[in-house]
Amino acid sequence: MLNYDLVVVGGGPAGMAAALQAKECGVKKIIILERAETLGGILEQCIHTGFGLHYFGEELSGPEYAGRFIEQVKQTDIDVKTDTMVLDISPQNLVTAVNKKDGLLQINAAAVILAMGCRERPRGALSIAGTRASGIMTAGTAQKYVNIDGYMPGKKIVILGSGDIGLIMARRMTLEGAEVKMVCELMPYSGGLTRNIVQCLNDFDIPLKLSTTVIETHGKERLEGVTIARVDDHGQVIDETQEYVECDTLMLSVGLIPENELTKGIGITLDPITKGAVVTEMRETDHPGVFACGNVLQVHDLVDYVTMEAQIAGQGAAAYIKDRAAFENAEYIPTIPGNGVRYIVPQKMNIRSKEDIKLYFRVGAVYKNAKVVLEADGTVISAKKKVKLAPGEMENVTVPADIIAKLTKDSKICVRVEESQ
Amino acid sequence: MKKNLTCVACPLGCSITVELDDNGQILSVTGNTCKRGDAYARTEMTNPTRSLTTTVKVDGGRHPVVPVKSAAPIPKSMLFDCMKVINQITVKAPVHIGDTIIDDILHTGVAIVATNEC
Repeated sequence: MLNYDLVVVGGGPAGMAAALQAKECGVKKIIILERAETLGGILEQCIHTGFGLHYFGEELSGPEYAGRFIEQVKQTDIDVKTDTMVLDISPQNLVTAVNKKDGLLQINAAAVILAMGCRERPRGALSIAGTRASGIMTAGTAQKYVNIDGYMPGKKIVILGSGDIGLIMARRMTLEGAEVKMVCELMPYSGGLTRNIVQCLNDFDIPLKLSTTVIETHGKERLEGVTIARVDDHGQVIDETQEYVECDTLMLSVGLIPENELTKGIGITLDPITKGAVVTEMRETDHPGVFACGNVLQVHDLVDYVTMEAQIAGQGAAAYIKDRAAFENAEYIPTIPGNGVRYIVPQKMNIRSKEDIKLYFRVGAVYKNAKVVLEADGTVISAKKKVKLAPGEMENVTVPADIIAKLTKDSKICVRVEESQ
Repeated sequence: MKKNLTCVACPLGCSITVELDDNGQILSVTGNTCKRGDAYARTEMTNPTRSLTTTVKVDGGRHPVVPVKSAAPIPKSMLFDCMKVINQITVKAPVHIGDTIIDDILHTGVAIVATNEC
């Protein structure tokens, strides 16, 4: 049995930043366990640029962004085991993992940081009628084929879902000579960043069909085409709007699901909206000493925010290792999503915190010229004007320390959207 | 005349309004929240440019291809021509982040550099 102060599960951007921050805060023995053969996580296949503008103040590609953290990890005495799969975390924080070299590993941890990331929603989750022809895959799988393995998965493409990976792949496939016929989006708005609609679709005249979905796939061995149709406000197919589109590849970019099997195994409470753990402002779950950050906690649109969240978790884990008593004395109140707000992370905050607490949230619909209002016990603390709010873009609001000092255990902190009249 | 753009300089995606006179000269740029937005709007109206990211074939590396990027934005109209040039090249491993793959692609003065180890 091995003994570590901190075990970090996952060596992507979240895991690396969390481990580095914990190291900086004085944690001695840290190990990162990574399932893939290298550190870096999904960034390895995200070869487009746009990463790091907030964190590094420059525009990097995914591998470059990851590379900076990989270098930093190498400069420390943080242990790394790649090709290592974590199988179980016990309620006593005993981590069981397996790899080819060590066989079965058992690691006793004072604290654990969960940073397993997320995976794509597969076809099965959509119940599209049709055959099991080849040529139907998630956008991320296609991204791996093109960017890592170096081959093209198809020539005539339809993309379902306008999440960022779908938009990025529309451009990528077009540049490599494929014909991207359209991107269909079930919702009346895109789930991706506006800049990606501009530079990935508009630049190449790829149509974005909103309120449209794929209802059937055709072809026996290989996909030959799909039937698309328009949907109404309730997502129901509108009769007589069916249209056949010839294609050999259907890419799905229909959402990401935090990979929380280990989290569930420990018995940690999950938020039904984020599908990630319910956490405090330190990113501690309701299992003492287990923290979560990055896409396993909530799906982010920017890796920069993943890094920042992971640093909070790293700092939190370091504080826990140093002084457990302070955590036991914490007094939590829930953060309440008000009108227009789908969820808030953290879901609860310690009213004994001496520092400002940033609440991250997403709205449920597109708003123009609206206000983000932060309320404590019905009193408006701040009201920030926003030209645009969209579900695809994570927002944040800060609860100042002087306000936290006045809160009691019955206080209510609420974030809501106020539409302009 | 007014023209509305969405800035692609960073993921914020600011809505920018460019005001032009009758000769197409830029009178004002508003709505941007940083200097990069101003610069984006001005080049977008005169000579739109984009960063190019793609892959290059590698001989003997850990993967068959290594990702590359243009070290600076290149004219939007030349993206496909640059792709043709890049797709004809094979480099030998090892390749390191920052290695120059092409010094000056199609006389744009822009280099193509590797963005991962391979």
